[in-house]
Amino acid sequence: MSAAASSTGPDLLVVEGLVTSFPTSRGRRVAIVDHVDLRVACGEVLALVGESGCGKSLTALSIAQLVARPGRVDAGRVVLAGRSLAGLGPREWRRIRGGEIGMIFQEPMTSLNPVQRVGAQVIEAIRLHERVRPREAQRRALGLFERVGIPDPEARLGAYPHELSGGMKQRAMIAMALSARPKLLIADEPTTALDVTIQAQILDLLRELGQELGMAVLLITHDLGVVNELADRVAVMYAGRVVEQGSREDVLATARHPYTVGLLGSLPARTPRGARLVEIPGAVPPPEDWPSGCRFAGRCARAYAACAEAPDWTPVTEGHTVRCHAVAREIGA
Amino acid sequence: MSAWLLRRLAWGAVTVLGVLGFLFVLFFATAQPEDVARRAIGEKAPPEAIAQWIANHGYDRPRLWNPEDPLDTMLFEHYRRMLTFDFGRSDADDVPISQRLRGGAGPSLALTVPLFLLGLPLALAVALLVAFFRETYIDRVGVVLAVVAMSISILIYILGGQYLIGVLLRWFPISGFAADPSVIARFLALPLLVGLLNGIGSDVRLYRTIFVEETSRDYVRTAFAKGAGDGRVMARHVLPNAMIPILTHEVVRIPFLFTGALLLESFFGIPGLGSITVDAIHANDFATLRVMVYLGALLFVAGQILTDLAYTLADPRVRLG
Repeated sequence: MSAAASSTGPDLLVVEGLVTSFPTSRGRRVAIVDHVDLRVACGEVLALVGESGCGKSLTALSIAQLVARPGRVDAGRVVLAGRSLAGLGPREWRRIRGGEIGMIFQEPMTSLNPVQRVGAQVIEAIRLHERVRPREAQRRALGLFERVGIPDPEARLGAYPHELSGGMKQRAMIAMALSARPKLLIADEPTTALDVTIQAQILDLLRELGQELGMAVLLITHDLGVVNELADRVAVMYAGRVVEQGSREDVLATARHPYTVGLLGSLPARTPRGARLVEIPGAVPPPEDWPSGCRFAGRCARAYAACAEAPDWTPVTEGHTVRCHAVAREIGA
Repeated sequence: MSAWLLRRLAWGAVTVLGVLGFLFVLFFATAQPEDVARRAIGEKAPPEAIAQWIANHGYDRPRLWNPEDPLDTMLFEHYRRMLTFDFGRSDADDVPISQRLRGGAGPSLALTVPLFLLGLPLALAVALLVAFFRETYIDRVGVVLAVVAMSISILIYILGGQYLIGVLLRWFPISGFAADPSVIARFLALPLLVGLLNGIGSDVRLYRTIFVEETSRDYVRTAFAKGAGDGRVMARHVLPNAMIPILTHEVVRIPFLFTGALLLESFFGIPGLGSITVDAIHANDFATLRVMVYLGALLFVAGQILTDLAYTLADPRVRLG
């Protein structure tokens, strides 16, 4: 076992073969999330990275069964803490959402109800999962606001969202997501909409809370800087599929998939001063044009005949796997 | 807040004065007092009688400028009467207009208030239901029905309703009115039904659009993510937010409940302000008509101010100042 794999505990969340589709304008359904496999160990931070439109946010929504019509989860197995979430009724899902899976979203500006006081929104989250008196819920909300570092929490509980700054709103969102002490926190681009200085504070807060509460985090981001800050393991998504998974070191230092390599190569921080940034040629095709084989083949310098078939997982080292024909050939040879 | 109210009232006053100016131009640029008098007392009336009628109604003053007494003009008299609510008598039958208004307000309110109080929750409920089932066949059927309902002219509803329910089924009288509480419901049932049917299509369509737009907002996803159920999300999160645009649409209607429903009252023989207005149009009764238009302008300004006040209740982001 590698160091990265041994540092992780038993699996908290297992996702296998998750497929979520949307209808195209021509009436055909296209899988925007296409056979996605993920594992998040207890207490671990898994970063799901990829460009916008690659299906990473939709993966998160699919796990929590929050895909809005006309989108639909077509297939896949989701196991949370040893229990399969397939075939659960609406009542059980309501208990899981917010109770076992807390979620925070990209836009704190719009993710809070604009006409309800933030305190009332946190109290609603508490009382949806536990039968407590309003006064007790109020007291807990106050404690949560203190815990997520909101100054003058008593006054802020009575504030409307528009009266708070972006960072404060995101802290309030985090307080709300933590209100029922979930085992898993899904954080969908939690810092993307925030100023850089606030980003660092929110990331620190998420790391602290994860460690303190032993809570696993599925962190969705396009920002490899955030991945480097927070992630224990990384899954890279491209055009609806996960193409590479491994520990943070595996993926950031010894990436194998040509897409991950290209993504890392385009980072300014990793490029020597004065040298040109390397870009990946072309653009992500729209979902209705996704090829049935390897989806990156059209933009890949290493593509060859075999890439017309969808590649399967190839283990590189323990815990580090890649879906790429070229890598498989290299290792096999 | 009080500065805001003063400013709004000042603008409202400007609006109302402007409407009165337009009214004056419209009526006295097109109509000669002699024509109005002839229509009121007969084409063959002797010239003395016509002169007498014109003098009695105050239409014998100079229009804009009187060199002997600058205040003794029709324009000044027009503004004075309207602004002091001294409405005078009808051009058609010499009945005092204020007496007619008092008589008409009751029947109008008896029709329009139930219409509003039943129509709003009904349209909201249907729209919430249809929006909840958006992108399903329930939604599509609902939208098609709403478009059909709003595309049919109110005249079809009135005549169809009178024929079907009044003539064929004989459930309710075709038209008529009695203030007696024991029978008033029988007379109001059919116009209410027709009014509801006529209004519900466009309201449902509008509210559905508002609800569907709200259900796609991020805060709705947040509410589901914290474990709220469908009903709770709709009632506690979507509805309060949707009330903001709905209020603009509804609050401005409230003052107009007084002026009644023109066609409904007229066709169903309800002696409200709506049928008084229609009768005044038919009779070229300028004196009555200008009062109705003036009241409409006042109520419109009141509706606008009420709407802004309602906003502050529905949306904490709105502060008047």
